[in-house]
Amino acid sequence: MIALLKRDLSLALRSGGGAVTALLFYLAVVVAMPFAIGPNTQLLATIGGATLWIGALLAGLLGLERLFQGDYEDGTLDQMMLMGGPLPAQVFAKCVAHWLVTGLPLTLSVPVFGLFLGMEGVAIQASMATLLVGTPAISFIGAVGAAVTVSLQRGGLLLSVLVLPLCIPVLIFGVGAVRAAVTDPDPFLPPFLLVISLSLFFAVIGPFGAALALRQGND
Amino acid sequence: MKLIGQKLSVERGEDLIFSDLSFNVSSGEALIIRGPNGAGKSTLLRAIANLLPLLSGELTVEDPDKEFGETEFPQLCHYLGHDNAMKPAMSVGENLVFWQKFAGQPHLDIEEALEMVGLSGLDSVPYAHLSTGQRRRIGIARLLVSYRPVWLLDEPTSGLDTPSQSQFEALMKVHLEDGGLIIAATHIPLDIGTFKELIFDGFVRETAP
Repeated sequence: MIALLKRDLSLALRSGGGAVTALLFYLAVVVAMPFAIGPNTQLLATIGGATLWIGALLAGLLGLERLFQGDYEDGTLDQMMLMGGPLPAQVFAKCVAHWLVTGLPLTLSVPVFGLFLGMEGVAIQASMATLLVGTPAISFIGAVGAAVTVSLQRGGLLLSVLVLPLCIPVLIFGVGAVRAAVTDPDPFLPPFLLVISLSLFFAVIGPFGAALALRQGND
Repeated sequence: MKLIGQKLSVERGEDLIFSDLSFNVSSGEALIIRGPNGAGKSTLLRAIANLLPLLSGELTVEDPDKEFGETEFPQLCHYLGHDNAMKPAMSVGENLVFWQKFAGQPHLDIEEALEMVGLSGLDSVPYAHLSTGQRRRIGIARLLVSYRPVWLLDEPTSGLDTPSQSQFEALMKVHLEDGGLIIAATHIPLDIGTFKELIFDGFVRETAP
């Protein structure tokens, strides 16, 4: 499992791996926003949390298509099923690797991107906190979608269609928590804790669902 | 150890690939599966490896000496399919080190395994730079870096030239002499001493060695 995690990390950081691409895509989304909205700093700062979250969601989906597809194509998936121990545990390892190269860098880049959007310090901190606990959910939900579409040639689009609706609760509470952090009477903690619980929930059922789909799809 | 398949049937989609297939192989024996393309040789190997579900029938492992304890059968197998399960972006050495760690039960060193397949000194070369035959030989080296008593081989010699083919036959012989068990699907006659044959030709029959 640790070996699988290390290998996935090293593959993602090489040429053709998705780590840097996801971060650049995130930058592109965040930078495109002011062009679409116009130079209204007040408005930009207000919707900053939402922009950061939408960008993270889209950037997170970007690399998901390849989560199992490479392994499926070169026969690694067969070996994982044959001798790698429990498949859900291996899926979990791959999700953690995916999060470490997408969700985590996206979270860490928030202070810079938040400044681009003219957000206040508190909002930036709240965005970082919610993305840190919310992006794992994207990886775990995405794993199920990636497993379902693994044998399809152009599964990326279908994957996004399948995964995005399931990510909406995470998005609602994530953005809600950021908004609550800046608007005074609203409490920050309840939506924040809901995001954590969603991530934990999907961390448990995601790998099992994905393992089931992989077994069904691999013939 | 003895592997017994009784009245196996496998379906893919809606099609029945084969039915009522029976065989048995013991340690030190090889079972060669022959038959035309599309007869179901690969399907049988994948079903034995538990990568495909059985529609009916039973696969049993007799292990009277409890040599392998409670280990489940798939964990005792090496499966060499059509693909070699190597990442083009990593070097040969990195690939093999990964598989050794992943599979556990280290057997040969990476260096030794590469020497056995005639590719010593290639461990730092990216896998993507290798030719088809060389890639296959790295796939074979994977069988050597971790120990598994059962080898399930699907067209193992595809892409190999004659010298590497005889090299591989020698490796198979050594595995059998060490008490291993081989089930291979192939078209090419293999020089590995005596073996059982399972022939797919419309109906399935088993011949004695």
